[in-house]
Amino acid sequence: MELTLWTYEGPPHVGAMRVASSMEGVHYVLHAPQGDTYADLLFTMIERRGRRPPVTYTTFQARDLGGDTAELVKRTVTAAVERFRPEALLVGESCTAELIQDQPGALAAGMDLGGIPMVSLELPAYSKKENWGAAETFYQLVRGLLKDQVPPPGSPKIEPSRWRAEGRQPRVNLLGPSLLGFRCRDDVREVSRLLAEHGIEVHVVAPLEARPADLLRLPAADANVCLYPEVAAPVCSWLERSFGMATVRTVPIGVGATEDFLREICGLLGLEEPRFGEGERASRLPWYSRSVDSTYLTGKRVFIFGDASHAVAAARIASRELGFEVVGLGTYSRELAREVRAAARELGLEALISDDYLAVEKAMAEAAPELVLGTQMERHSAKRLGIPCAVISTPLHVQDVPARYAPQMGWEGANVIFDTWVHPLMMGLEEHLIGMFRHDFEFVDGHRSHLGDGAPGQSPAADAVPDPGQQAQAEPQPEGAGAVAVAVAPPPGDGLRWSPDGEAELHKIPFFVRGKVRRNTENFARERGIGVIDAETLYDAKAHFSS
Amino acid sequence: MPLPSTASPADPPASGASEYPVLRENGQREVFCGLTSIVWLHRRMPDAFFLVVGSRTCAHLIQSAAGVMIFAEPRFGTAILGERDLAGLADANDELDRLVHDLLERRPEIRTLFLVGSCPSEVIKLDLARAAERLTSQFAGRVRVLNYSGSGIETTFTQGEDNALQTLLPLLPSSHQEQLLLVGTLADAVEDRFVALFQRLGIPVVRSLPPRRSTDLPPVGPGTRVLLAQPFLSGTARALQRRGATVLSAPYPFGVEGSRLWMEAAATSFGIPPQRVAEVLEPLLERGRRAIAPHRERLAGRRLFLLPDSQMEIPLARFLHRECGMELVEVGTPYLDRALMAEELALLPPGTAVSEGQDVERQLERVRQSRPDLVVCGLGLANPLEAEGFATKWSIELVFSPIHGCDQAGELAELFARPLRRRGLLSFAGAASGSAT
Repeated sequence: MELTLWTYEGPPHVGAMRVASSMEGVHYVLHAPQGDTYADLLFTMIERRGRRPPVTYTTFQARDLGGDTAELVKRTVTAAVERFRPEALLVGESCTAELIQDQPGALAAGMDLGGIPMVSLELPAYSKKENWGAAETFYQLVRGLLKDQVPPPGSPKIEPSRWRAEGRQPRVNLLGPSLLGFRCRDDVREVSRLLAEHGIEVHVVAPLEARPADLLRLPAADANVCLYPEVAAPVCSWLERSFGMATVRTVPIGVGATEDFLREICGLLGLEEPRFGEGERASRLPWYSRSVDSTYLTGKRVFIFGDASHAVAAARIASRELGFEVVGLGTYSRELAREVRAAARELGLEALISDDYLAVEKAMAEAAPELVLGTQMERHSAKRLGIPCAVISTPLHVQDVPARYAPQMGWEGANVIFDTWVHPLMMGLEEHLIGMFRHDFEFVDGHRSHLGDGAPGQSPAADAVPDPGQQAQAEPQPEGAGAVAVAVAPPPGDGLRWSPDGEAELHKIPFFVRGKVRRNTENFARERGIGVIDAETLYDAKAHFSS
Repeated sequence: MPLPSTASPADPPASGASEYPVLRENGQREVFCGLTSIVWLHRRMPDAFFLVVGSRTCAHLIQSAAGVMIFAEPRFGTAILGERDLAGLADANDELDRLVHDLLERRPEIRTLFLVGSCPSEVIKLDLARAAERLTSQFAGRVRVLNYSGSGIETTFTQGEDNALQTLLPLLPSSHQEQLLLVGTLADAVEDRFVALFQRLGIPVVRSLPPRRSTDLPPVGPGTRVLLAQPFLSGTARALQRRGATVLSAPYPFGVEGSRLWMEAAATSFGIPPQRVAEVLEPLLERGRRAIAPHRERLAGRRLFLLPDSQMEIPLARFLHRECGMELVEVGTPYLDRALMAEELALLPPGTAVSEGQDVERQLERVRQSRPDLVVCGLGLANPLEAEGFATKWSIELVFSPIHGCDQAGELAELFARPLRRRGLLSFAGAASGSAT
């Protein structure tokens, strides 16, 4: 038994729903009680889907338990097949149905479904989670549909360069994009464009917008691209084992990773290796990052947490392409913990593998970052700590499904990432500057506006920071308290106190490092038995920590 | 109001809509389970913690219903059962004790802990009543541990509150004191307003259940007149009767008319002269009607279809029909307690199509056939219906917004008028294509 106040991932059957809802022509009969239909709103509200997920719930009640719930399953399967006429049927159960052991998959297997392929899903609800459920469902569906096509053991592998002999363009499958995944819709478009530029055709994209018939065509591609390992890794491995199809495993998020991805895929397909430095021309990130304006990004402390692929990609971009210092890296994806551990080791860190958001928040606070890259939950935690944040990974909020084109992958993805990560830092800097200048006469009442006659009733911060919404929040301070303060720690509880001149000096320090300076100075004072921290103590501590 | 011990479908019809047979359906239900009511109960009682004993699905359901994100360490959580707990109930009990100890150590401000049963805990027959007794004695004097079921196999959505209140009832002290007891969670500001109005009417002692502090339980006994503020508290109403309280019969306080009849029922039972009631209420009623008027213009004559969700559907249909002039196509309700709805049903126009339970596919077919102007439904259905061209109102907003009383009647009407107003505002046609209408 485990206390959970909030969870990064839903139960595994929600993963199955993601696969079913992503596809066309697939229907999912779910043996589940009333209430489990809540999962529909994830799709209709967060993804703003204009149609219901293709899921029929048996909705059994307590009074059914004494009777024949198996009969209810069969009735529901029959009705769903009749109403929706799917091209493939998934049958499974949620946590409660697992306990009553009706085995809906076996029941459906014994029914006449008019030849519709049926895949029975066994997703252990008490040990597995959403991403695992999505991956398992995708794998079972592909395997179920393709099992008759599997060549006998010892057959030759699919040679990735066979396209040449067949006198056609090379073609690959993009595997893993799904609803409720992070920016999948736009990533598919961006990666397809990128591949087209290199003469590579996209054969099947799945599960997103694929039909069961498309899955039957998977082996006709020359290779598979494992775009989202959280969902597609088991399918890619199975296609490798059963059909000898090669897999491209580099996730093209960031300039360097996109170059690696192109090199991997071109090498595999026997195409001419792309020239080095393509990213320099194709993406704006490298120049934006080198331009003098970005100097202030140097060494920014950044804390990263998300699903494994996005966290690993973010760490590489942050450390190599933006010149940040990664001070924390972690994931809630236990299935891919090894990859994250390796990436963390490379940065001299120990990875945080946890699905307890409070443990993540604690690690975040201890790392004292200046920027957090995380999920929606880290955004909330960062907000409480007064640290700017950008969202890089699922779980999603409705605002992570933007109307505009906003991929994470490929060259345009790198552009989007530069803007998305740097913007919150700019906001923080802007607030600092406003704080510095707030006592200048220009900011005195009646002189705040460029129009000359002012816009009374608004604070300078409100004038100059148009969109503090999701970034650092400015807390209004009493007049004369110095700069705009964010997340000033409460006074230490051990009798240690700040003298007025110490406090005044502290407030001259930019708010985004003030918390750290305060903590360091207090520790410094404690170690030396200093009871009152004045300006001198602060400078002594500063000297101590910078040496 | 004489309440039978269980709702009986064989009740003799009284008048209004109850003269007509109710369509009973059984099939897929697009309705939350009782766990969802934790979302407002935990806000009502800031010194209480709600611990669901269930699965990852339960945890995911509550956080999704609560708006997907939480902004602080919440006062609700889930003890997620693992495979080991399923293998042996002895272990499960030990694990629960360990987890509760850890939790209460970390949250010393908690005075009442609700162990909330779920579908999985009910199916494996984990005895949460005994667990609550055991834990109460372990935390003697510091924390009271109670239990109720919010499972989807037994409760729908708002029934969770009914069960939560019933578990509090044995703790209510007995008293013969004359008092008015408002039952059902209200927004604090709305409650304050009602208490002030009842005092203005001349009812000196007005108390609420659930209270704002979980330990601040109101007494109950023969002097207690119960006024139900929410229409989904069947079990609580009956249990209060068994404690000697009188449950007043009235429509629910939605809209001007409902609020008036509701407050009048209390005033009458306390012997307040009608003249005094009119004096106090008349200006409020007048103001409420004025607030509704602009929305009535938009809503009058429009056809309304309510899908079952919060159990508020019948009172809301009554308000929207009688005060806003809407035509009722179908009024769905998760379950129909005729005794609790008697006053409401009597106010519905004869022939109103009332449906109980749900078979969502068939109900949606009826929506498509009848082409209503507005559909009230849950979040899972709203966008798909909008995409089919129907204006919708999410029903969940109705349990989270302050909508009770005369003073809120205008806002309540506005909630339904807004989707129609919005549709009127939006236009994506180029100027060259001429007017879209």
